[in-house]
Amino acid sequence: MTTAPAAGLTARATSDAPAVRPVRPLPSLLALSIERTRIELRQYSRERDAVVFIFAYPIIMLAIFATVFGQDGATVGPEPGIPFGQYFLPGMVATGVLLSSFQNVAMSIAIARDEGALKRLRATPLPPAAYFLGKVGSVLISSFAQMGLLLVVARLVFGIDLPTTADRWLTFAWVLLLGTATGAVCGVAFSSVPRSGKSASAVVTPIVLVLQFISGVFFMFSSLPSWMQQVASLFPLKWMAQGMRSVFLPDTALAMEPAGSWEHGMTAAVLGAYLLVGLVLGVRTFRWRRRDDG
Amino acid sequence: MTTQTSAGPAIRVRDLHKHYGPKRAVDGIDLTVERGEIFAVLGPNGAGKTTTIEILEGFRVRDGGDVSVLGVDPHRADAHWRSRIGVVLQSVDDQAELTVGEVVRHFARYYPDPRDPDEVIDAVGLRDKERTRSRQLSGGQRRRLDVALGMIGRPELLFLDEPTTGFDPEARHAFWELILDLRDQGTTILLTTHYLDEAERLADRCAVIVDGRVVALDAPASLGDRASRHAVVRWTEEGVARQVTTATPTSVVSHLAARWSGEVPDLQVLRPTLEDVYLSLIGERSLATDEDTTQGAPAGHDPALLDAAALDLNAAPGLGAPDLKGSLR
Repeated sequence: MTTAPAAGLTARATSDAPAVRPVRPLPSLLALSIERTRIELRQYSRERDAVVFIFAYPIIMLAIFATVFGQDGATVGPEPGIPFGQYFLPGMVATGVLLSSFQNVAMSIAIARDEGALKRLRATPLPPAAYFLGKVGSVLISSFAQMGLLLVVARLVFGIDLPTTADRWLTFAWVLLLGTATGAVCGVAFSSVPRSGKSASAVVTPIVLVLQFISGVFFMFSSLPSWMQQVASLFPLKWMAQGMRSVFLPDTALAMEPAGSWEHGMTAAVLGAYLLVGLVLGVRTFRWRRRDDG
Repeated sequence: MTTQTSAGPAIRVRDLHKHYGPKRAVDGIDLTVERGEIFAVLGPNGAGKTTTIEILEGFRVRDGGDVSVLGVDPHRADAHWRSRIGVVLQSVDDQAELTVGEVVRHFARYYPDPRDPDEVIDAVGLRDKERTRSRQLSGGQRRRLDVALGMIGRPELLFLDEPTTGFDPEARHAFWELILDLRDQGTTILLTTHYLDEAERLADRCAVIVDGRVVALDAPASLGDRASRHAVVRWTEEGVARQVTTATPTSVVSHLAARWSGEVPDLQVLRPTLEDVYLSLIGERSLATDEDTTQGAPAGHDPALLDAAALDLNAAPGLGAPDLKGSLR
């Protein structure tokens, strides 16, 4: 017999006496969540198409909108007006959050389920909570990185004025945090809807696109028909975009808000409600295996 | 630090039932897998092998019967129990963008007492692929990575579901050595396979499952009364291939030796392979070795020479490569 490649495996002292095996403590939930966050970020950063579509999308869209509509210093609203780039920045921030949380999580879990990755994880001692916390952790980090890059590009390339007061940045922080968490949780819940990993993109992308059109990301929200505004009010993206407008637009822009107010309380309530419903649905409907796998 | 005894068998299954609608996928299976043995589960596709194993792994809920895996009902198993088993599933194609080294080290962190990742990478023969992304591995290399992830947690019990599908012969032999080495270290291994030579090489005992039931359970050498089955003696006479089936091959050979008073041309004595026995067990083909009936070919057989009847086993699978198996044992 030829040399076995397994010859290097060291046996433990315990395997000489297999009747007694010491029970060592399992790794902690915190350590495993951090490890999952790390590995998720590493995988994500290597999927070049996903990074381009999700990470660069808001930047590319901002560049197109600011360039096309903002030609010759065109502005939005009554004099002195708001530069086009600045007006659309909040929408791009909100859509970026939606993409890197909801779309990213829904598609990556649907694909992982289809590939058998979830089933493999289920057979290990990894607690499900560590898997979900790793998803949330990686989404938070990538979302913040994406926003940082978007704002730097907005400031340096398109000369958009960023807020200077602490209360506006505080609003930015809580809308971003709550919006990302809500999107991630809803992504987990929605991941069971596509029948396969291949169809995930076809199911998730149209929803995201439609929400973008009716929620004031690509158009001025006030210019949409009122029925469309009402439909959009049922979904989180409209509230994220509105919350971000309260961060990046001057108070004169309140005149263009249908509600005449930034409605921060309502924004928190709607996002919070989606967070809770998404959490309950996600926990109840989550599947580790494909549908056709019994 | 507490200790736990691992008395009792690794797996005990009593009267296991599982049905999907009207189909009885598992219809009363009894199995006991002892600690430290390699136990192979054989059977045609759809016989209930994977369903049974997935119940043992805790993936599926049974409809009836008692199951104990490492002393625990897998349906109520916790993370600690999962740290004591290793699972190599069929057809997983995940973690595509991570390198071999990254995936193995990542999975090691899930376990309380993992093996050294470098040792595991060496053991499965992926050292030179350590920095290669999973996506770029060949099918056999992928499978070896699966096995690395199954054994990284130092499991007491390792499930291998068709582990060597897509391996080239060299990789398969290396893999067999790895599995035998794990067994020698005390790991209990439950294996399903479609390769009968693999079961013969690895398994201490094997069970054949057909239509959700165990139809045979024994050591590979004894399965289905294999040891008492007749042998086939082959030789060439006047340019014609001749063969007979007999319960007394030694006497046949001595007859032949007397007739030639020297070397008998192309003399071979063939025992039924595990594959022959298996095929007759699953009923896809009733082998002539069971029946001792005379068949038409080959022509030229002299019935007066021997009391055993001749038959043509040319079509029987497994007889084509007896030398390879002989050299492996």
